[in-house]
Formats: sequence, C-alpha cells, structure tokens
Amino acid sequence: MISGLTLSERQAAIAILILGTMIGIVMAAAAAMRADAMEIHGYIVALYSLGLLAVVLRGYFAPEPDDTRLASYYDDPSKAGIILSMAWAVFGMFMGVWVALLLAFPDMTFDTAWASFGRMRPVHTTGVIFGFGGNALIATSYHVMQRTSRARMPGQFSPWFVLLGYNLFCILAVSGYFMGITQSKEYAEPEWYADIWLVVVWVTYLVLYLRTLARRKEPHIYVANWYYLAFILVVAILHIVNNLAVPVSFAGAKSYSAFSGVQDAMTQWWYGHNAVAFFLTAGFLGMMYYYLPKRAGRPIYSYRMSIIGFWGITFFYMWAGSHHLHYTALPQWVQTLGMTFSLMLLIPSWIAAANALLTLNGAWDKVRDDATLRFMMMAAVFYGLSTFEGSFMAIRPVNSLSHYTDWTIGHVHSGALGWVAMITFGSIYALVPWLWKRERMHSPALVEVHFWLALAGTLIYVFAMWNSGVLQGLMWRTYNDSGTLTYSFLDTVVAMHPYYIARAIGGLFFLTGAVVGSYNIWMTIRQPAPTVAPPGDEPVLAHLEPAE
Amino acid sequence: MDIAHSTLVGFSKSFGLVYLLAMAAVALAYALWPRNRDRFDKAARDIIEDEDKPWL
Repeated sequence: MISGLTLSERQAAIAILILGTMIGIVMAAAAAMRADAMEIHGYIVALYSLGLLAVVLRGYFAPEPDDTRLASYYDDPSKAGIILSMAWAVFGMFMGVWVALLLAFPDMTFDTAWASFGRMRPVHTTGVIFGFGGNALIATSYHVMQRTSRARMPGQFSPWFVLLGYNLFCILAVSGYFMGITQSKEYAEPEWYADIWLVVVWVTYLVLYLRTLARRKEPHIYVANWYYLAFILVVAILHIVNNLAVPVSFAGAKSYSAFSGVQDAMTQWWYGHNAVAFFLTAGFLGMMYYYLPKRAGRPIYSYRMSIIGFWGITFFYMWAGSHHLHYTALPQWVQTLGMTFSLMLLIPSWIAAANALLTLNGAWDKVRDDATLRFMMMAAVFYGLSTFEGSFMAIRPVNSLSHYTDWTIGHVHSGALGWVAMITFGSIYALVPWLWKRERMHSPALVEVHFWLALAGTLIYVFAMWNSGVLQGLMWRTYNDSGTLTYSFLDTVVAMHPYYIARAIGGLFFLTGAVVGSYNIWMTIRQPAPTVAPPGDEPVLAHLEPAE
Repeated sequence: MDIAHSTLVGFSKSFGLVYLLAMAAVALAYALWPRNRDRFDKAARDIIEDEDKPWL
C-alpha cells in the first residue's frame, strides 16, 4: 500500500496525519473542559490519524515505485474501498436487523441509552447508505473514471485521502449517534465538525475526478462519468446548504441549524430527496452504465436514451423534495410542484431501467447462467418498480394514506435492497476478479446463494411492509358511527407485530447474503494469483453493434 | 431582503417554465442530433473493448 506512494506523497501523508492527530488532541482537550461528548470524537480522530501514521512510517523506507506504474491504472484505493464497503455492509445490515427486532421486541434496548431506537436507527441508515453505498461508489468511480478516460489518476495520495477521510467521517457519524450526538436531520445527522470534515474530503474528491477527466486520452466522456460527476457535485451542494449551522461552542458538539420552521423542513427534504436522487441513484446509475454492459459483453442498448435520462434525472429530481411535506405548513403550490415533478420523474427513471433491460435483450442466456449479471438485471427491475412506486406515492391523495406508515419504509427498501444493494453486489462481483487478476470469483455457487438470499430477503421485507403500511394507514383513518377514530394508536401497533417479525426475517436473509458475499470476496482475494493473466479484461468481439 | 410570495410564484411560473423547456430542448437536440450518432455508438462500444491499460 505505502510502496505505491512516491516519497513526496509519503511525506505529505505524514504531515497531514500529524495535523490530524493534533486536531484530534485539541478537540478532545477543548471538549473535556466543558465535559462534552465531543471529547470522545477528539480521541477517535487522534487515534485514527496515529494508526494510519504508523502504517505510513512502517512503509516509509520501502523503495519508491518506478515510472512503469504510469503504464497501468492505480487500483489500490479501489481494492481497499471494496473491502471497506463489504465490512460496512455487514455492520450496517446487522444494525438493520437489530432495529427491526427492536420494533417487534422493544425490550431489546436492554435498558441502555445507546441501544435505544432513536440512536440505533441512524447507525443503520448511515452504515448502509454512507458506509456500504458510499465506499462502493468511491471504489467503483475510481475504477470507472480511469478506464473510460484511458488515463491513470493524477497522483497516488489524494485517492487515499478521499477514501480514508470519508471513512473517518462515517466512523465519527456512527459513534456519535451511539453517544447521542446528532443534529436530528434525517440522513444528515452528524454534527458541525464532522460536516466540515466531509466538505474537505468531498471537494478533494471532486477535484480528483475532474483532474482525471482532464488527463483523459479518450475525447468523449462516457456517460457513466456524467452520473458519477452529478453524484459528487450535487452531494457537495446539498451537504453544504443543509448543514449550515451555528455551533453553540467550538468546544462542543451541539449546533443549531441556520434555518427554522417550515424553511428548515423544506431545506431538509430538498436535501433528503436529492440524497436519494444523487447519492442513491445517480452514482449507482453510473455503476450500472459501466458494469452492466461490460459484464454482458454488449454495448448499452441506447446511448441516446442514457443522455436524455441523465438530464431528466438531474433537472427533475431537484424539485421533487417537497412531496415529503404534503399536508404540512408548506405552501400548497410548493407541494403541488413537488408532486408534479415526482410524476415527471417516472420518464427518465424508466428510460434508465428500460435501457438496462433492453441491453440484456439477446443475452438472457447469460442472465440465466451468471448470477453476477442477474444481480444487475434484478437491480434494474427493482429500480423500475420502486421509481414507479415513488412517483405514485408522491401524489397527494395517495400520500395521505401512505405517509408516516410502513409503506414508506417498504418503498425505501425496495429501492435500497432491490436496486442499490443489488447493483452494488453485481458490480463488486464483476470487479473483484478484474482488480485482483483472478479468473473468476472463488465460488460462483456462493454468488448464486447470495443472489437468492438477497432476492428472497427483499421480497419478504417489501411485502411485509406493504401489508403493514396499508393496514396501518387504513386503521389510522377508520371512523366509527359516532365520528371518532375506531382504533387507538396502540391497536395499530399490536396489528403491526407479525409484519415486524416478518421484516426482521427478510432483513436477516439479506444480511446472511452479505456475509456469504464477504466470505466469497475474501476467499477470492486470498486464493493464489494465476501465473498467466486472466482473460477477464480482454475485449469481447462478437455482436458489438448497439441494438438500437 | 423580503421576497413577496406572489413575486416568487410569478417568477416560477414564467422563467421556471421557459428554463425547463429550454433545458429539455437543448438536451434532446444534443442527444438526438444525427451527426452525434456515430460518436455515441463508438462511445458505447469502446468501453467493451478495454485493454486495461491507460493510453500513453
């Protein structure tokens, strides 16, 4: 790892890690004076920096890489990113099963504050969205941007800075929730210092991506890069605006948002829905537009559709966030605007889903035989289903039934498990043998097992939540003859119980799949490298005409 | 600065519509322009033929 860095890059790493250690100590000391929980975060920052410093120092005197490295792509950070992504997947999904059980069996908090639902739930969402999804996006974006640009990244240091800096952010976020550090904005819970750190990391990421593109030898910028760039650029904008806040003290974690009331709600859901759009959709569409054609050995069905879909998604999604605030103090016309744009979003969403499935038309034998490609196919199917459902639920009268119920949870997981996680697993299974120069995954049978566990888990989960959500919504609005509510809130909670158990079982299936996948990936890495380079990255010559 | 509600709505309904339709027209024209066809087909094909080395 360190042997790939030049001497000046090793020195830069040491300087930044020493700075990080000092910042951590200052944070801890300042917070200790106010007996603030940020003290722990100071120690975490210092220990994280010191640990990495030890790694750099241990490899400091290794010989420098020679110039032959410039004739190959730089993949070490992608490899680390994949391993981190799978580790976060197992952690985040385990926490997901736990919070699911917590809803069915509330005693599972064991009377501790850190295990209460309000703290565990963001640990799950951050673990899977930012830990699992974010690391997968960073790892694959490094791989895709170099291949499609036919250019190596400009240096070896900044990709590591982005990857490891991003993971420090995730660790600060998750450890903070356990201690009760949160600014209570959904998917933007981390406090001001973690937010500032993410801005530094994210701007470096954007600059790295743009510098690689600027070095490209291929004049045309392949469409996957547009999606990845939209992901990086828009997440930067969203993150900065939604997290504008004033800390109570620089020596403490607590801060107050720059917005209040309905403006705060609108900013939050402008952020929240665009996090779905640009973190959980645009980036993963970038993944899909590269790995699916590669794995199928066929060019994308229609490159034109991918461009039209891109501009549709980037311009429509920006306005859809207000559908999270139907029937609130938000002005009616803003709600209607959000609803209308959500409906229009169906067009670019289905363009992308159809483009993926039509690419596979004529290669269905491969889908049947290859669980990796089947992961990607199923992801496209769930993408189409969940975007249809999302547009439908954004219609105000539908939302009056679905909002605040488990239907929303079911919808989110149809997207998160069915689309995001499946396209990620498919891409990782395609990518691991290419990166580690193996002929194939350690066990194709285990990929098959993972696929069926993931699909079964998703279906169990989604059907349980559809049932409970619609039931819940109907019970909440049932009136009796005297005009009062028929059911008390507790009645609905009791009615949810069997579905909550089913949901936990579905989640357990999905978690088991991720564990099987992690084992398979680990064994693929561990198995000895073949003496001859595998044919994995070689051109596939037959049928290169687009099907358009 | 205080922006009246009606000003904002008026702006959205006038400029917002023009801007959205203009963006759509530009994106559609770019994607469907006949002369771009070969370039797009080549781009779609090129990622499949991948020698896994940067061009120097």
